[in-house]
Amino acid sequence: MLKLKMISKVFNPGTVNEKKALDHVNLELADGDFATIVGSNGAGKSTLFNAVTGSFYVDEGQIILAGEDITYRKEHIRSKEIGHLFQDPLKGSAPHMTIEENMALAYLRASTASHAYFSRISRKEKQMFREQLSLLDMGLEDRMKQPVGLLSGGQRQALTLLMATMVTPKILLLDEHTAALDPSTAQKVLELTRRIVAERRITCLMVTHNMHQALELGNRTLMMDGGRIVLDVQGEEREKMTVDDLLARFKDQAGRQLDNDRILLS
Amino acid sequence: MGAIFTFSIFQSALELGCIYSLVALALFISFSILNIADLSTDGCFTLGCAVGAMVTMSGHPFLAFPAAMAAGVCSGFVTAFLQTKMGVPSILAGIIVNTGLYTINIAVMGFSSNINLFGCDTIFSLAKEVSETEWYGNWYKIVIVAAIVLITGVILAWFLNTRLGLSIRATGDNEYMVRASSINPVFTITVGLCAANSLTALSGAVLAQYQKSCDINLGTGMVTIALASLIIGETLIGKGGMFKKVVGVILGSCLYRFIVAIALRLSVPAECLKLVSALIVAFAIAFPYLKGQAAFYKTRRMPLGIGERNGKGGDNIC
Repeated sequence: MLKLKMISKVFNPGTVNEKKALDHVNLELADGDFATIVGSNGAGKSTLFNAVTGSFYVDEGQIILAGEDITYRKEHIRSKEIGHLFQDPLKGSAPHMTIEENMALAYLRASTASHAYFSRISRKEKQMFREQLSLLDMGLEDRMKQPVGLLSGGQRQALTLLMATMVTPKILLLDEHTAALDPSTAQKVLELTRRIVAERRITCLMVTHNMHQALELGNRTLMMDGGRIVLDVQGEEREKMTVDDLLARFKDQAGRQLDNDRILLS
Repeated sequence: MGAIFTFSIFQSALELGCIYSLVALALFISFSILNIADLSTDGCFTLGCAVGAMVTMSGHPFLAFPAAMAAGVCSGFVTAFLQTKMGVPSILAGIIVNTGLYTINIAVMGFSSNINLFGCDTIFSLAKEVSETEWYGNWYKIVIVAAIVLITGVILAWFLNTRLGLSIRATGDNEYMVRASSINPVFTITVGLCAANSLTALSGAVLAQYQKSCDINLGTGMVTIALASLIIGETLIGKGGMFKKVVGVILGSCLYRFIVAIALRLSVPAECLKLVSALIVAFAIAFPYLKGQAAFYKTRRMPLGIGERNGKGGDNIC
């Protein structure tokens, strides 16, 4: 589904702040793959996501999504097929617009016809939004006319997840999307993520700082360091792996301890 | 001092309030919704006035409005183009366009600094001929102006609830979300600024026909006045849907005109009017903040009340 061929990105080239954020990264995700990514601070996890979404263009290499070369495609065109959740729950929805309006914006991706520009939210769509919201089991279906700014962080992140997957994306990028939530809400959002991804067989990449989660969720674990993918385990090898094994493997590969100031080992 | 509000003052404040409310609606789009300070408003207002006046003078009072709006769209497009495609910061883009428009406005007016429309047909003079009754003679100007504002307001409120309108609102509300969804901010900013400037220019054209003249300096300070109206309106209405907000902006504009009318009635000299406007704007913007501060000081001065609420009684606090 997603193929990264030798992509590289250098920030601030030629200055003292030069930083090789991505160093010839190769990655191939099969249809329906759910890969977790762990890595130290500044390893290039978020940069990798931003390269895929098109926040910047890569210096070298090729990005192929579902057989199409999107390396130089504009961000807003790519985002029709890419779902992206940020760590900050406030980034995924517009606070001064109602829940209904936010969902209508997300649903815009479904229509490509230009006459849709001047159409309003139809009753049928409202019904559909309501049904989807009720799946969250947070009572949001009765608050559709309220501005999103009134929701809690967890509710907003759940809503963002719903919006990102409303029109099934070709790939879903989750950038520590539960890290800013309290443990029980995080669990709920994670459960929701697992369910939606499994039901629709969405190809998914998820950054996490929770080592346990990294091994438990999905079918594949990647480890990044210094702008490279240093470890890629799946299948039987992954099933047998413990958190300690994972850390040991990292040390072997990177030649030092994993340092992430927010890492959770349990 | 007996009657601060005479009937004619009330009437002209309402008329001007409605005319200028179109500029306030324009700033509602650019300033409140898109979160862009569009400083080309002054020049664009004069542009609308000049184009409207010239077209009216050539004998097409009705064509004056779409022509002025088209001119406004062009001006808005240039401002948007500068900031989205040329990397010019948005405030600078507005200032640059504003400066350039001065020359264009003079050129539109045939290189003279003012023109007058006495003896030309305007929508007001045409409407006056419709009926002879006294009531109509007093109110026909308000009827026309209110109709224009009402139609514009309804269309605007409707537009902001369409998908394109939602996209424009999201662009100013959360840039991260816009980047992650399939909205093209270049497109939405351009459409938003074109719409906003077309309203500014429409306001100028209506004013040209209303006062039967056009002056090159007519637009000076327009952005401050419109901002005052907008903020008064937003303070008045508070939260609510798009329709409610649009109504609030129109009311704010009328209220601003009443305040100015009262200031004039209290024999503030006309030369001081800009200073009065500036004071009103400063006060209108500061008002919600001051209200919050006042509430805070009130709570701070009353620890006794809090003690009682916690069930401890007030005696242990000194």
